Amino acid sequence: MKRFIGFVTKEFYHIFRDKRSMFILFGMPIAQIMLFGFAITNEINNVNIAILDKSKDTKTQKIINKISASKYFYIEQEISSEYQIESIFKKGKVKAVLVFENHFVKNLQTQKQAKVQVITDATDPNIANTITNYVNAILQNHTQEINNTNQPAYQIQTQTQLYYNPELKSVFTFVPGVMTVILMLVSAMMTSISITREKELGTMEVLLVSPLNPLQVILGKVFPYIFLSIINATVIVVLGVFVFGMPIEGSILLLAFESILFIITALSLGILISTLSNSQQTAMMISLMGLMLPVIILSGFIFPLSSMPLPLQVISNIIPAKWFIIIIKAIMLKGASIEIIWKETLILIGMTLFFIVLSIKKYKIRLE
Amino acid sequence: MRTILFIIQKEFRQIFRNKAMLPIIFVLPFIQLLILSNAASFEVKNIQFSYIDNDHSAASRELISKFQSSDYFKIIGNFESKKEANLQMEKGKVDVILEIPNHFERNLLTEKKTTLSVSINAIDGAAAGVENVYITQIIASFNQKIQSELYQYNDNSFVQPQNIVTIPSFWYNNTLNYKTLMVPGILVLLVTMLTLFLSAMNIVREKEIGTLEQINVTPIKKHQFIIGKLFPFWVLGLMILTVGLLIARIVFNIPILGNIGLIYLFTSVYLLVILGIGLFISNYTETQQQAMFIAWFFTVIFILMSGLFTPIESMPTWAQQLTLFNPIRYFVEIIRMVMLKGATFSDISRPFFIIAIYAFIINGFAVWSYKKTN
Amino acid sequence: MSQEKIIEVKNLSKKFGSFTAVDNISFDVYKGEIFGFLGANGAGKTTAMKMLIGISRPTSGEVTVAGYDVKTAAEMVKKSIGYMSQRFSMYDDLTIKENITFFGGIYGLSRNKIKEKTAQLVSELGLEDAVDKLVGDLPLGWKQKLSFSVALLHEPKIVFLDEPTGGVDPITRRQFWEMIYAEAHKGTTIFVTTHYMDEAEYCDRVSIMVEGHIEALDTPKNLKQQFNVESMNDVFLKLARNVE
Repeated sequence: MKRFIGFVTKEFYHIFRDKRSMFILFGMPIAQIMLFGFAITNEINNVNIAILDKSKDTKTQKIINKISASKYFYIEQEISSEYQIESIFKKGKVKAVLVFENHFVKNLQTQKQAKVQVITDATDPNIANTITNYVNAILQNHTQEINNTNQPAYQIQTQTQLYYNPELKSVFTFVPGVMTVILMLVSAMMTSISITREKELGTMEVLLVSPLNPLQVILGKVFPYIFLSIINATVIVVLGVFVFGMPIEGSILLLAFESILFIITALSLGILISTLSNSQQTAMMISLMGLMLPVIILSGFIFPLSSMPLPLQVISNIIPAKWFIIIIKAIMLKGASIEIIWKETLILIGMTLFFIVLSIKKYKIRLE
Repeated sequence: MRTILFIIQKEFRQIFRNKAMLPIIFVLPFIQLLILSNAASFEVKNIQFSYIDNDHSAASRELISKFQSSDYFKIIGNFESKKEANLQMEKGKVDVILEIPNHFERNLLTEKKTTLSVSINAIDGAAAGVENVYITQIIASFNQKIQSELYQYNDNSFVQPQNIVTIPSFWYNNTLNYKTLMVPGILVLLVTMLTLFLSAMNIVREKEIGTLEQINVTPIKKHQFIIGKLFPFWVLGLMILTVGLLIARIVFNIPILGNIGLIYLFTSVYLLVILGIGLFISNYTETQQQAMFIAWFFTVIFILMSGLFTPIESMPTWAQQLTLFNPIRYFVEIIRMVMLKGATFSDISRPFFIIAIYAFIINGFAVWSYKKTN
Repeated sequence: MSQEKIIEVKNLSKKFGSFTAVDNISFDVYKGEIFGFLGANGAGKTTAMKMLIGISRPTSGEVTVAGYDVKTAAEMVKKSIGYMSQRFSMYDDLTIKENITFFGGIYGLSRNKIKEKTAQLVSELGLEDAVDKLVGDLPLGWKQKLSFSVALLHEPKIVFLDEPTGGVDPITRRQFWEMIYAEAHKGTTIFVTTHYMDEAEYCDRVSIMVEGHIEALDTPKNLKQQFNVESMNDVFLKLARNVE
């Protein structure tokens, strides 16, 4: 045990003496969480649109004013013919064009119906769909105003309650997501690299012939990174709470326990990667190329998992980040206790054990 | 020139000799392209819907059947009490709870007014917003139907309201298929990550194993060494792009409306920016570990602020200005414009020249900061 | 031996912050000699040598190698010298032949010349059967002989060897020195650092560096006489003690 402590201390020195790495390890996650917390949002605001008003009367002008007053749209230009739409879309200047038909007012009064065409650049379906919905809402609202003299009866009203994130703040989704990406990649990447590095430099053999057993060697290598990742996780949570107003509805202890569990899962994945790679280069490419996009896309961080095709929902189960995102959101936003998230917790524990057992097996084969 | 060829030959040999790396370079990106392109969608479907029907009337059943027949909702079941439903929501089993009050039908008929209550699990804010829109639409259409039915029975003085109809028209992607956006986008990310990581690691690796010193005592010129080092990755990037475009075309049936030559022209300049950044990182780090960490840091920022997953327009102004330094932003923009909209060179000339200038500056810096002598 | 100077070093210093690694050293190396550059670990040998080969910039002082000033014409210097570093610095993941082709190529040798050199080199080293083997799989002794030969590929006027025999067995060391002699015989100047004092006996002249200074410079014979001892080892121990 004493030897082991000595070894761990050496590993700590190794990491902490290197100022540049220290700066990278602590500074970058903070920079990322601040940047993303402020900058990234799913909401759609200030979209550039163009107007083609064939009718040009006071009614259409009123509607246009209404649209330009909303925070969602910015009227970039008014165009005079349909032929221009193609070219402004191609240049990417605007995302949508609203076309008011000829004789808008006349149609509205005589036929009780007037048309607005909402042409969207649907290369990004999300934006296109949202724009259409917003325009719809503004126009509906306007229609109600026109008709307020004869308010229809038999009205069904809806009282909607949004649970856990009533203001639909996207930062509440991004803070847990970014935290997961950071912990996953830093832990997996750093351990896999630091172990393969010893292999590459030949110092691993020296350690293995020492009286320390292989398990102690690996634990010793991993231990400082557990410590580092805990600091990172703490900083991220603190920033989330104090800068971005994330609540912690549940128990902080449970949050800490789950975070440490996830860090250990990621580290054991890192160990597994190191047993699979012969060089630092391979270890890095596996952990970066192999983990980065799946963790961002298949974890529920950005894209809703439940809407994915079934095979992908099945695949997403093997991504540890998916389970951690569920857990952390449940604790912070829902105030969930362990009774609610025991299943996810068990899955993470199971994954960790699986990674460790597999690594030990691989390791033994190599040694023999 | 001859000297450069010798370096290129050596680099290619090393790339193809590392058997562990080959699948990471030549297989992994395509598996990811195939799988992740299907996953990256903001479409909200399979909404776990539940209800509490306290009324048990014809009207309440009709309302529920409206949700049943919608493609977006999956009926999980009905609950007896709000408490029970809330527990399921907390467990994450239920996204929406519709509560139909006692005397829903009677109030609607006699008081001409009634209230439904809807609870939405907003733990994923974006999805909750969309769910809310769908629910409102279904209830509104139900309401309209009821109104017109009841008016016909009871009220002859009915004045038809004025109505503004919106006719949506989705250009370039009328089925709102996310793959047309995500396949080119994810391809861009893969090409970028691969070339950035490989180039960032490359020179610092030689530093670490000591061969760089040997190179530095030879009379080789800086630009020869750097061109020789980066050229193989440049070729690799274009190869990955080619296979990726084939997959996009054949597997995903993504249209390529514009001139494919434009995509190659742009990519060849774009890759210079990425390789330049990689080289820059390599010059300023001592170990592969540091180099990778910095490369990782920038990649995450570049990816999340590229406009691919979240719209750039919604960012605060300062963040929008930051994205002007994000090369991926331009690549995503251009590949979409050329492939999906059939943009021509004059349409993309601005981002093209920005990237060209960027390439010039970053490589200038990289070459300048590479020192044979310290 | 000629008295033509091929390396001239005047008042050369290198400082890292407040630490002076090389402190105002001056010496000359003559064409065709085997010049031993001795010193304990950390005495500043490698730092000094790196300035001579143009990969480290001197803080002050003048260095001329093969007629070129390393400060202003480092790239010309590099054409005239070969270098074998302390760390093995060929590519482990390339074969012997590929390594030779690569280094020959960046020194500007023609393809034909490279072929010819490769054939000559592997036959001299008796590596004919191993020519397509990865360098990483070779035993250390062979690797070192190979790097020495590769450093000579472009027929440099001077070859710098930094601790060339570190970690190899006595027989290989012996063979290595035979290669050095053979090369010196052809007229190549050899500049070699070592901390094996028996190897110092093989040099034409040696300098001994202690804590950034050159404390002695002469033929091994004269040095032994001057300090009145039997071996170079004793010369070295005496010098080191004086400084302490």
